[in-house]
Amino acid sequence: MTTMADHSAPETTTPGNTLMTTRRGIDWIGIPVVAAVGLAAYWLLPDDLGLLTRILSSALFVLSLDLVLGYGGIATLGQAAMFGAGAYAAGIAAVNWVADPFALLAVGGVAGGLVALATGALILHARGLTLLMLTIAVAQIVQEVANKARDWTGGSDGLSGIEPAPVLGMFRFDMYGRTSYLFALAVLVVALVVARRIVRSPFGLACRGVKEDPLRVSAIGGSPKLYLVALYGVAGVFAGVAGGLTAVTSGIVGLDSVGFSWSAEALVMLVLGGTGRLYGAVIGTAAFMGIHHILAASDPFHWMAFIGLFLIGIVLFLPGGIASGVERLVGLVRGKEDRA
Amino acid sequence: METIFGIAVDGIAYGMILFIISVGLSVTLGLMRVVNLAHGAFAMVGGYVASYAAQAAGLPYAAALVVAVVLTVVATLPLERLLYRRIYGSANELNQVLLTIGLTFVIVAGVNYLFGPTLKRIPLPDLLLGTVSLGPKAIPAHRAFVIGAGALTLLGLWWLLERTDFGIRLRAAVDDPAMAAALGIRTERLYLATFALGTGLAALGGVLGAELLPLEPYYAIRYIVLFLAVVAVGGAGSIFGSAAAALALGIVDTAGKYLIPNFGEFFFYAALILILFRWPHGFFKGRTA
Repeated sequence: MTTMADHSAPETTTPGNTLMTTRRGIDWIGIPVVAAVGLAAYWLLPDDLGLLTRILSSALFVLSLDLVLGYGGIATLGQAAMFGAGAYAAGIAAVNWVADPFALLAVGGVAGGLVALATGALILHARGLTLLMLTIAVAQIVQEVANKARDWTGGSDGLSGIEPAPVLGMFRFDMYGRTSYLFALAVLVVALVVARRIVRSPFGLACRGVKEDPLRVSAIGGSPKLYLVALYGVAGVFAGVAGGLTAVTSGIVGLDSVGFSWSAEALVMLVLGGTGRLYGAVIGTAAFMGIHHILAASDPFHWMAFIGLFLIGIVLFLPGGIASGVERLVGLVRGKEDRA
Repeated sequence: METIFGIAVDGIAYGMILFIISVGLSVTLGLMRVVNLAHGAFAMVGGYVASYAAQAAGLPYAAALVVAVVLTVVATLPLERLLYRRIYGSANELNQVLLTIGLTFVIVAGVNYLFGPTLKRIPLPDLLLGTVSLGPKAIPAHRAFVIGAGALTLLGLWWLLERTDFGIRLRAAVDDPAMAAALGIRTERLYLATFALGTGLAALGGVLGAELLPLEPYYAIRYIVLFLAVVAVGGAGSIFGSAAAALALGIVDTAGKYLIPNFGEFFFYAALILILFRWPHGFFKGRTA
């Protein structure tokens, strides 16, 4: 172990500086690129808007996981608890009381945030495997509650009949999914801007401090657990909004939105894209769901073999995910330009 | 009274299966500090090999069991060399989780390709089909066999870790790998042997438990949460902790399914949360055996 540390230390200092500058460069253009690519996809792939909408709302969910994992260092396999709570809250509100899509997103966000604050305050004292198991258990219990509250949630049949009103009273949700797609894209871009603001605020920096060294944070007078619970709650709001967005755009909410595999898939997507970068969540989700769409059409097991090998390859050869590969590529190109 | 007896027998048998599979995971987690999510896949491979040996090759049950354990260990040892060795140590838990999830997916796809998506059975010999009378009660012979095998595994592991040279080296490496290596213990070989022990136990549990945890390609994903729960509750690296945790969770789960079948897994996870509140580091924290 010590020899490895000695080897890597001098290596990371020199390219680390260029990596930091390239990362900052990409950070700055990341959000406009997401918006531009999103709009381009709207014109280029008009037949796949359903899939693209699902990618956008999933990217928002994965973004919430990036806040928790990439900036707080909380390893969780239960993020779907907040997603599902938001989806069900928005769905139930849509069926019974309100129809305005923005109000539904707000309902979802509040539900996700409340679940996150309540459970986070209970479980975030744990670390490592214990924390992993506690998050799984919380999500399973939320799923069981959703399954049992059949009168409200429809149980295993799913909750259907969500018919949101036109966006801003002008744009109706059409059967081609155009409004759904643009609505989801707008929500994702706004969420990216808000998330970027949050991780750069003093609060976000404090959370990163907790991730790096909780002991030192408490030594300089901060409370690591308080920061983590607050971050978990904020990410819960994002996950809840993602759930509400899924409910609004797809019109149905099923038990799988709280399932363990949904949490695990989100984690896979995030790490494929790269943690701690925000836009890595978007890249990973698009790559994962796009390939899934192509491969799983023939045989789901082909898809599992491919994604399995892909994951092994990422861990062994590209530990920072696709985003770090892009950064290295950009860094190489820039390096050549500088020299030329 | 009948119900209580039924819950006790089925719960203990179920707990013993959980113990045999999870203790391998617990030992590798305790020594190599690797969260091996592919452990359930190894158990599944063992079960499939035994099923193939018994049904297609016509071997008797005992021979199929031995073949399954040996073949699984031989097949997974290259993985230790090629993949696992790179992710030992607690440096990056996330990488461990992803690499082993990826491996699980590949194994699931491979098993489906080789054996097909249908449920596989391992035919039991006549000896295990009857019942064993236990005073006034009679319990199914298979359950009795599983409970006996679990108890033997527990005793065997205890003897191996507490009374042999191998066990002494293993415990030294768990306590302080760098110091153990400095004292001349070949930790790499030790890791290889422990990995083999872990996968062997997984395969054994997969074969013995085929009646309780049915064999199908998604086995590896469906039950890994269960095995991880046992390790978290028992405390990583603790044999008696794993046994206590597996029995407790097995009995709670069985009781929940017998008494309140509508609530499915609810009681299992509620018990998990309560236990992890009381003992956040597992039942037997800080002990190696």
